Amino acid sequence: MATLETDIGGVHLELPGMVASGIMDETGHSMVRMFECGAGAVVSKSVGSVPKGGHANPCFMEVAGGYVNAMGLPNPGIDLFKEEMDVAVPHGKVIGSIYGASPEEFSHLAGKMEDYGATAIELNLSCPHAKGYGMEVGTDPKMVGSIVSAVKGSVSIPVWAKLTPNTHILPEIGRAVQDAGGDAVVAINTLKAMVISPEFARPIMSNKFCGLSGSAVKPVGVRAVYDLRSVLDIPIIGVGGISTWRDAAEYIMAGASAFQVGSAIGTDGVDVFKRINDGLLAFMEEYGYDSITSMVGAAHE
Amino acid sequence: MSDVVRIKKVVEEAYDTKTFFFDWNAEARPGQFIMVWIPGVDEIPMSISSITDSTKSITVKAIGDATRAIHELKEGDRISIRGPFGNGFDLDSGKMLIIGGGVGTAAIMPAVAATGADTIIAARSDRDVILEEKARKFASNVWIATDDGSKGFHGNAVQLMREKVAENDYDCILACGPEVMLYFTYKACEELDLDCQLSLERYMKCGAGVCGCCVMDDSRVCRDGPVFNRSQISMLTEFGNSKRDECGRIVKFR
Repeated sequence: MATLETDIGGVHLELPGMVASGIMDETGHSMVRMFECGAGAVVSKSVGSVPKGGHANPCFMEVAGGYVNAMGLPNPGIDLFKEEMDVAVPHGKVIGSIYGASPEEFSHLAGKMEDYGATAIELNLSCPHAKGYGMEVGTDPKMVGSIVSAVKGSVSIPVWAKLTPNTHILPEIGRAVQDAGGDAVVAINTLKAMVISPEFARPIMSNKFCGLSGSAVKPVGVRAVYDLRSVLDIPIIGVGGISTWRDAAEYIMAGASAFQVGSAIGTDGVDVFKRINDGLLAFMEEYGYDSITSMVGAAHE
Repeated sequence: MSDVVRIKKVVEEAYDTKTFFFDWNAEARPGQFIMVWIPGVDEIPMSISSITDSTKSITVKAIGDATRAIHELKEGDRISIRGPFGNGFDLDSGKMLIIGGGVGTAAIMPAVAATGADTIIAARSDRDVILEEKARKFASNVWIATDDGSKGFHGNAVQLMREKVAENDYDCILACGPEVMLYFTYKACEELDLDCQLSLERYMKCGAGVCGCCVMDDSRVCRDGPVFNRSQISMLTEFGNSKRDECGRIVKFR
């Protein structure tokens, strides 16, 4: 009998699919709903030091193969986020996603998330549309190393780094995370993008730049995970365009020990987790994989 | 995906409210909404106020930057829209009484047009009553309530609703309007043991059920709603009490 249980370093999940940061995870009750829908864990909205409204509308639209968004990291700030964590944490594992501009800021936020009961920390080193944050700090291996090592020094829960595909030195950044003691990498965040209205002759997003997500980015994500698996020993969590069990299996075989689902919660509905879980289990039984671990990296020679 | 449509007619509904008609082939149901982009200003959710084959409309009250910018638009101008979004009303609900309060009247008009059900239009004053003529084209009973008594029933929507419910055998109340009106509509329906479908409103960004910024408890107003029935509303502790701002912070109503 195959099992969907998996381990990401010290984090044990009964189900391998998590809610990716930014989707149905800004409030405690939203996170509880996603646990009930079959998510093995929920990664919170990325939370910073102070409340942030994000970019003005339009900050989202449907495109071929997915969505673009330039939400701009809206969040109530780390102090108020305690109330949401208090609601969600008794119901399942919450991974606290945080963003900051410096190692000190990340450390402070991570400490708070640990106090609130987060199972692990996910460092947002990859948001493509927020000035001074995200991929602006996450494409410099030195900076990434110092953030990871500062956060590792300030919390005792596992620390994951979510990486951007918008760089040609992804393996180097992955190694910087590993060398600094990071417990896992999460790949990928959205692809930096732009949408223009021909009729109005201007970019549609108020922020001009945005990030592409959804099925269109899946092959990029699978390649990124494959690349990272080739150079890293720490676990990888795959994310980017997963909406079916086949997508999840691709990421696992590329080298991911677990996966996250974001856009498909919109395109396919909140019950997407149940469909992925059922399909994955049926596949594993038919093809003789008794565990997720036995499938991880199967596509590597 | 967004669609660019051309405004083919503008109708003044009141001193501060206009309806903009446009051709748009999308399948829309009564109670659904669209996201309207006003370049350089904002993108906002607007209820669809009429559905006649390919012709649709939005009815806009000028209250903020975006709605004032929409009011500047003339016949022939283009707007960019996304949608339709949301669940819409379930019109297979027996004998219905439909209530619109203020500019919320726009959101219930397609349901009035589709069913011809008895309708209450409530507003502050005579000059704020909108879409009355339109409603009379479809519904044999259209009653007006104004807070100041300048037209029709002197009182609010819920007071008039109680009178009409006592005189008629309704199975379900459909309503859209200010949250305080909807809250007391819900309370009255509980008391009278009547089903209801209320169209709610929250600050929205994506419109598609992805970002989660419009949630009330665990329900997305944009995707699970905007129309919620009585048993769903009974689970929404935030209804009538609080909303969330653009940062996701709770803002209490009182």
